[in-house]
Amino acid sequence: MADATIAIRTRARWAARTPASRRGLVIAIILHVAIIGGALAMFFPFLWTLITSITPGANLTSTPALIPANPSFGAYAKLFSDLPFAQVILNSLLLASVTTAVQLFTSSTAAYAFSRLPFRGQNVVFAIYLATMMIPLQVLIVPLFVELKTFGLLDTYLGALLPTFASAFGIFLLRQAINQVPRELDEAATIDGAGHFRIFGQVILPNIRPALATLVVFSFMSSWNSFLWPLIVLRSPQLQTLPIALAGLQGQYISQWDVIMAGSVVSILPMLALYVFAQKYVIQGVASSGIK
Amino acid sequence: MTAQTALVDKAPQFKHSQPVRDTARTSRRAKYLLTVLAFLLPSAIPLAIFVLGPMIAAAWVSLNQWNLLAPMKFVGLGNYVGLLQDPQTGSVFLNTAYYVAGYLPLVYFGGLALALALNTALKGRSLLRGVYFLPVITSWIVVALVWRWLLSPSNGIVNTVLAWVGIQGPGWWTDPAWSMPSIILASAWKDLGFVMVILLAGLQAIPTDMYDAAKVDGAGPWRRLISVTLPLLSPSTFFVIIISLVNGFQVFDQIYAMTGGGPDGSSESVVEQIYDFTFRYGRAGDASALSWMLFIVILAVTLIQIRGQRRWVTYG
Repeated sequence: MADATIAIRTRARWAARTPASRRGLVIAIILHVAIIGGALAMFFPFLWTLITSITPGANLTSTPALIPANPSFGAYAKLFSDLPFAQVILNSLLLASVTTAVQLFTSSTAAYAFSRLPFRGQNVVFAIYLATMMIPLQVLIVPLFVELKTFGLLDTYLGALLPTFASAFGIFLLRQAINQVPRELDEAATIDGAGHFRIFGQVILPNIRPALATLVVFSFMSSWNSFLWPLIVLRSPQLQTLPIALAGLQGQYISQWDVIMAGSVVSILPMLALYVFAQKYVIQGVASSGIK
Repeated sequence: MTAQTALVDKAPQFKHSQPVRDTARTSRRAKYLLTVLAFLLPSAIPLAIFVLGPMIAAAWVSLNQWNLLAPMKFVGLGNYVGLLQDPQTGSVFLNTAYYVAGYLPLVYFGGLALALALNTALKGRSLLRGVYFLPVITSWIVVALVWRWLLSPSNGIVNTVLAWVGIQGPGWWTDPAWSMPSIILASAWKDLGFVMVILLAGLQAIPTDMYDAAKVDGAGPWRRLISVTLPLLSPSTFFVIIISLVNGFQVFDQIYAMTGGGPDGSSESVVEQIYDFTFRYGRAGDASALSWMLFIVILAVTLIQIRGQRRWVTYG
């Protein structure tokens, strides 16, 4: 009875729609199906990681069951008992936070110079900045190692951090964002008597909040996941970072995939939280910015 | 001369009308230069010491024979000549170009579609954005495992599904003809979220009254996309294309984790070769020479892009 009324009502509503709005509805449904289907495909490997991490004795010779027979969080307990895991996470957090804060500063100032302070040879200098991204890290490692050894910075956080202090990626990202900010805003501030430092702080930075939030995510992520350089610089166990500890696990628990996957879950979750938080900030940032 | 007039003077459109003495002009110029330096040095110093320095050192290494242990032996351009005569070098550059040509359109158009879709008033869009970002933050070690399993020729999901509709799936990463497509597919899948995030930030920065104005002028959704969204998004698009090119030419992690360059070297990229030279064969000189060759290729491609941007990138 109730079903029949709903069906009648739905049909009536469908008939009441104009052809254009019918088409709109169909497009919206197709879009939703496509985007949710895609999301499932994106989510699948993570789900698989999650399931493997709670399947005791999981191995990769068989296809993992979608519902583990006797799920257990033993692998997570093992992470914390067999490794100085809390210490390792703290180390990674420290390095990633410092890198992110410093990169925000060095990237935004340089981006402002490239976007708003014309000087002779600016294009050449910018090309040199970009060029620093174009040589593989694998080749820079050896000279960098020799250099930090000369400075006496091996096995120190400073040694791990210094090469990450400026990022051409971040500078380029923010320069593009600043180029998008209408110059009328600068001019208005200039008439009000603002200098470059004030225009930078009070006009430009608030207007590129989406790009700044994006840079926070990527700076933090690149430090959080960086492997080769910390592995070579940081020798003492108490200085170790998360990816290195996880790589150690892979050697140690060669056949215990539940432990390895538990480690990956632990390494992914903080990044996901940061991303969700940054997304909120992006939306708020635009709502309160001065762009008209 | 007050600081304010000095600053006003810098903007060309507010040029002083009365003549200014030369000394005042020189000191203003010096002040301006100091401002430029104040903004640039925080990034220029670390880049010069920790990237440019090692790059130049690598250029010196490329002129030597060096196994990282014994003292270097100067060979001039010998490493370059040797590499250019080795057919393997052409093959790794071709493989890398194949990767870039397949990866770039997939990841750009996919990421753009995703960003546009997730910038609409879709229900649960922040959750969906998070899900699409998951592969970006997952390490290649895990992603490679999953994809090798998905694309397994005998019992992988993809070939199983293809078999249902009567298609005999290829050998994917076990087949020299399909190893690169497999890597391209997995890479595009992993990096879609990256492109989405950059383009979303660009979309968020487009002022809404631009759309209102276009609507008033009678522009439909398609017209608004072509005439408002894409031009205003072009600085972000330019960024995504340059970064994807630069990273694409340096493709390594996924190849290392998925195929190790095989089968039969069919997926061996330039950086994979550089890695093998350094850490497997102890040929640091050859590794550095190959790196500099790659550097020149990437630089040339990027400069062409920068030249071409005038035609299609619009800034505010």
